[in-house]
Amino acid sequence: MKAKVYVTIKENVLDPQGNAVQGALHTLGFSEVGQVRIGKYLEVELDTNDRAQAEERLKVMCEKLLANTVVEDYRFELEG
Amino acid sequence: MKFAVIVFPGSNCDIDCFKAVEDTVGQSVDYVFHTATDLSAYDAILVPGGFSYGDYLRCGAIAQFAPVMTEVRKAAEAGKFILGICNGFQILTEAGLLPGALIRNNSLKFRCHQVNLVVENTSTAFTNAYAQGETIEIPIAHGEGSYYVDDATLATLKANNQIVFRYAGENPNGSVDNIAGVSNEAGNVVGMMPHPERAIAEILGSSDGARMFTSVLNAWRERNGAASIS
Repeated sequence: MKAKVYVTIKENVLDPQGNAVQGALHTLGFSEVGQVRIGKYLEVELDTNDRAQAEERLKVMCEKLLANTVVEDYRFELEG
Repeated sequence: MKFAVIVFPGSNCDIDCFKAVEDTVGQSVDYVFHTATDLSAYDAILVPGGFSYGDYLRCGAIAQFAPVMTEVRKAAEAGKFILGICNGFQILTEAGLLPGALIRNNSLKFRCHQVNLVVENTSTAFTNAYAQGETIEIPIAHGEGSYYVDDATLATLKANNQIVFRYAGENPNGSVDNIAGVSNEAGNVVGMMPHPERAIAEILGSSDGARMFTSVLNAWRERNGAASIS
């Protein structure tokens, strides 16, 4: 089973990288671009077919290591 | 008094910390590897700057689970003196020994220059040799040193007098409330982005960092009695 994990900076925390990319897109003429936020995308392969167990374990992985919940949110999708 | 300087894969200010202890207070100091499982011999633990574990995932994220960190936690609970500098500060916040988190500088630049700091709290083990409100000059060198806490935590930090240093003048990284260093509630664990170990002699540009090391020796002597100095 494969998990796709998305880690994003919390809405109320400044994302200077996102702001820089937004500025670059505006400079290139993409004036329709509003806010840009940059996050992390992780693919995690899991040696299990038990969906409920996988979700439970992934939650712990995210809380413990993959995201710093002081400044980041996370979500994940399971495939297979 | 015995100092430990923790060495992670990627630490690069460990030698500076070691030399700073030798040059400022002349006490016993050892390098202690990240795999160590016993810190009981040490009175003060320095977590140096650098890029522990390559800063993969996040600064300090992987280092928080190194075997030695279990011992650092125990030492913190036992009231031993712990100082995290730069990456060491990031590690201590990731480990939950200090509140908040360090995120990318709002300028997106790696900032590497002298800054002025206001000493906000002289009651910690590492700042008792400074005067309250004194301005000191210490260098910074970081790309991810913007200190973040939410409003509720900031109010708690203020109420408990846990803000140890603030940037004076320009805020070099966008830290909340100009915070450059904080302590835990008990004051025995301090973390800061600036590098006091790089400011221990005038030839380095400033000697204002030296008193962080003399402070901790003062604190240790006060706790153990001057007669038992070894």
